[in-house]
Amino acid sequence: MTYQNQQQQDGPSRVDGRAKVTGTAKYIAEFSFPGMVHGYLVQSTIAKGKIRDIDVADAEKQPGVVKVLSHKNLSKLAIPAPAPDAVVRPFYALTSDEIRFNAQPIAVVVAETFEQARYAASLVKVTYDKADHSTDLAKVIDAAFTPGREQPNRGTPEEVFAAAEIKIDATYTIPIEHHNAMEPHATVANWENGKLTVYDKTQGIQGTTGYLAGAFGIDRANVRVLSPFVGGAFGAALRPGPNLIIAAMASREIGRPVKVVYSRRQLATAHGYRPESIQTVKVAADKEGKLTSLTHEATHNTSGYENFSESLVGMARGLYACPNVRTVSKIARIDMQTPLWMRAPGMVSGAFALESALDELSYKLKIDPLELRLRNYAETDPETGKPFSSKELRECYRQAAERFGWSKRNPEPRSMRDGKYLIGWGMASGMWPAGQAPASARVTLNADGTARVESGTTDIGPGTYTTMTIIASQTLGLPLEKITFVLGDSELPPSPAQGGSTTTSSVGTAVKEASELTLKELMAAAGAQNDSPFSGAAFEDLEFKDGTVQIKGKPETNRKYADILSAHPDRKVSVLHRSTPDSGERGKYVIASHGAQFLEVRIDEEIGNIRVTRVVQGTAAGKIINPKGAHSQEMGGVVWGIGMALTEKTEVDHALGRIMNPNLAGYHVPVNADIGKIDTIFVEEDDKIVNPLGAKGLGELGMVGIPAAIANAVFHATGKRVRDLPITPDKLV
Amino acid sequence: MRPFAFKRVTTPADAVKTVKENAAARFIAGGTNLIDLMKEGVDLPNELVDISRLSLSLVRSLSGGGVSIGALAKNADTANHPLVRKGFPMLTQAILAGASPQIRNMATNGGNLMQRTRCAYFYDVATPCNKRQPGSGCSAKDGLNRYSAIFGWSDNCVAIHPSDMCVALAALDAVVNVQTVDGRERKINFADFHRLPENAPEKDNTLAHGEMITSIDIPKNNFAPTSYYLKVRDRASYAFALVSVAAALELQNGTIKQARIALGGVAHKPWRCFDAEKALVGKKPSAELFQEAAKNAMSDAKPLSDNGYKVRLAERAIAKALRRSARI
Ligand SMILES: Cc1cc2nc3c(=O)[nH]c(=O)nc-3n(C[C@H](O)[C@H](O)[C@H](O)COP(=O)(O)OP(=O)(O)OC[C@H]3O[C@@H](n4cnc5c(N)ncnc54)[C@H](O)[C@@H]3O)c2cc1C
Repeated sequence: MTYQNQQQQDGPSRVDGRAKVTGTAKYIAEFSFPGMVHGYLVQSTIAKGKIRDIDVADAEKQPGVVKVLSHKNLSKLAIPAPAPDAVVRPFYALTSDEIRFNAQPIAVVVAETFEQARYAASLVKVTYDKADHSTDLAKVIDAAFTPGREQPNRGTPEEVFAAAEIKIDATYTIPIEHHNAMEPHATVANWENGKLTVYDKTQGIQGTTGYLAGAFGIDRANVRVLSPFVGGAFGAALRPGPNLIIAAMASREIGRPVKVVYSRRQLATAHGYRPESIQTVKVAADKEGKLTSLTHEATHNTSGYENFSESLVGMARGLYACPNVRTVSKIARIDMQTPLWMRAPGMVSGAFALESALDELSYKLKIDPLELRLRNYAETDPETGKPFSSKELRECYRQAAERFGWSKRNPEPRSMRDGKYLIGWGMASGMWPAGQAPASARVTLNADGTARVESGTTDIGPGTYTTMTIIASQTLGLPLEKITFVLGDSELPPSPAQGGSTTTSSVGTAVKEASELTLKELMAAAGAQNDSPFSGAAFEDLEFKDGTVQIKGKPETNRKYADILSAHPDRKVSVLHRSTPDSGERGKYVIASHGAQFLEVRIDEEIGNIRVTRVVQGTAAGKIINPKGAHSQEMGGVVWGIGMALTEKTEVDHALGRIMNPNLAGYHVPVNADIGKIDTIFVEEDDKIVNPLGAKGLGELGMVGIPAAIANAVFHATGKRVRDLPITPDKLV
Repeated sequence: MRPFAFKRVTTPADAVKTVKENAAARFIAGGTNLIDLMKEGVDLPNELVDISRLSLSLVRSLSGGGVSIGALAKNADTANHPLVRKGFPMLTQAILAGASPQIRNMATNGGNLMQRTRCAYFYDVATPCNKRQPGSGCSAKDGLNRYSAIFGWSDNCVAIHPSDMCVALAALDAVVNVQTVDGRERKINFADFHRLPENAPEKDNTLAHGEMITSIDIPKNNFAPTSYYLKVRDRASYAFALVSVAAALELQNGTIKQARIALGGVAHKPWRCFDAEKALVGKKPSAELFQEAAKNAMSDAKPLSDNGYKVRLAERAIAKALRRSARI
């Protein structure tokens, strides 16, 4: 089945939309506790070395200032030292004199008001013992290493490539990029009787709870984490930010609730970033366009203190049927903080290289880029030979190409024009693994005919509130407005962090299964009642609709949930359920979402001005549960792809080892004027393997192919291949 | 908050006197630049003198046929004023190419002339910058200088003036009317208003501390139908110019009687290309002629490590803006 834009407008709107636009949805910095004080961060001005001294005399004299806290006077945390070979070494701010990156938080000024704290923070004087730093990936690439173990080669890629006649060997680079969510990182922390409560901007309630319990050496039950609304995160809140530990430590020290909010300028080091990458793709094909050898080597930076590694080479392994494949994944140390997952991490960076290289190859072969992809279409997983649980990529290509009008493309670069503008048409593909993790949910049906559905997940913007409400509504047979979905609290049934496009799959399955079990409880309650028409009826023969139940085809048996529950001694039924993926069945398949992107650029070559005028995005991600939400996610993916391709770059001054555009004027995310027409097509898949919902993730998939498709379109328009993102005007003139 | 006094004045004389007497006092008009600078710790006035309610927001015709725009008229109101739209459409284009609608609604014309550079080092108090802290050094010269100057820079400073409006005003030979500290009126030709960094990059312009802009005069000209403002930037809106061009021609019987070319994004001040202008006079407009002029205009450009592209880009932008002006 195909959803089109217009049809998607018919789906339910965000259930939290009204709260968001009227301001009643509260974000972290808007929460407070009685007696609360404000903490403002002081950040380092060197990239590496040690703090010699922090002079707080002036700052502490200022009106309203309660205390200046740093490693010098904060009580020690309980964290055990990491094992010498530990990969993850979380950064605990204000716990040592060591400087590992520029703009590292090194002190917090606590005062009665935010303004007093900010002013006093400007008076804190810090002296350092500086050490030499290096922040330029190109300069340290020779020291790059493979953090884990490389996957073995498939076939004999090197030999085949060396002997091949038709081949491409090209290098692609992508700069550091930052998430730049609207909501800044923030925490409000309060200790009361040995119990810690925090409001924190986080994607993962459980991880945050565990992190705090570990750091303070207290029981998880004594930590409560709340995060009811998240103003965009995109991965930036997948690990605890320094604000979290700083607010909690400061509150413990001072004995009052403390709020710490990052300023926009400070935010660039509140969390990691998409790492800088340098990639080489070597690809060869026979005359018919069959890939014979594919090598994808990717190096990206990590920090000086952790081995952060994300895979850029997944698509090289899994997208095309190629008998000889080699992938290399390396990391190199620079003195910046640890990178972090950012929307479509690894995959979108790798796709830019791989899908650009395929495009380059298509010109060498004189084969249409779409045709080249179809000739190398992987019917089964090329790595393992396993079948896909479902894969409608071919249909995505077909429908999106048709909608776009791809068949009218003149293959010759520089051949298409609109007046004085050069027109370029480019395409690419994307994929994203469809994961599922254990998750839990509680469903309560009440005698007033309403339901409360709870899970300790988060909603960082994709519409989790809405999607879960839809799933509960469809399963429970209740109208949307009768259902309240609650998330963002560690006291709710635990669920995994919102990341990797797995929330619908994981939490949605828990909600669906818990809802079914609740209906069974409801029917048990009904069956126990005197005049029950349902005694002896099988659950499968029942029909649940509009808050009523009946035996299929027997309207005379119809009963309202409310009536059944009014007669129930508890006046409600409630089920807490933990769902787990069927790993046995899932393991027999490779499970992934796929997508195809076709787009047009219009270029004023004289001044290097590029505009993406229209995009058609075809997506196959199982069953689409929340059509409006899915459409909005795919649109967002396109916009993110445009940013990555054309405008976004974190500027680092390597002499200072410092990020120099940490604000929304200097870091260019696309604005409305940069965005043309975006058309989304969903090719539904009937997938019984992925999970009981049949839904795969799509939040990240939507951007995967876009940067490559844009670079490919720019080549088609101009004949100029840009392998270094972003493609700003200077690169075309 | 860093403590400061706030004084609302009712007469220009009072405004000038208050600021003159306190070296750490600043006028505040729309506040769209000054408040940012205060939040970043770049400018630390201890007294703000609010001039926003003075009656200096009139846009009116001058007796000779030009237009006078008040220092406190909003950028948006100025751009959309019929006298400006009709008589000086290039100024409208330039203003509307800058910032965002919200900012233009707040920003004043005087503030636009006085806005400070957007050089990243100037904005980050943790880095050396001669403009912010004289003697501390210039980080941009051998650092990130993709946005920096290609004309008129010195070893002390490679910053550019970020305004769009000012590029058009430079091309239009505007005159800045100033109230001096001793209560007199002073006129400054636009070309002499902003300065090059030389040995004193902390000084953006030739106003003395306490002097206040009251209005800007634009003399009558015949450029309206044959002028164009072209801005090249990293995204379609809400970005400062990589390079911008204000181009204006006066045509008489098919030949160029007068020409103006001013560039933005290339120097510490709006950059007039006087020689290239002169070379156009008396010639018939053609793509080749404009290409030649554009090339000449860039002949003494001195790019830095990361901004060589500006030379090519500006050359193309000049040629394009001239063609758009001449409608060829
Ligand atoms: C995000 C952002 C993007 C922007 N993009 C652009 C752009 O693309 N192009 C562009 O041209 N501009 C851009 N601007 C700048 C904007 O045009 C200026 O901030 C604005 O014009 C300043 O006017 P103001 O009245 O707010 O000045 P204020 O902030 O009030 O004052 C600025 C300075 O001028 C002084 N001053 C003000 N009035 C007078 C006077 N009458 N006499 C003497 N001194 C005076 C003040 O003392 C202060 O030092 C942008 C600004 C922002 C914040």
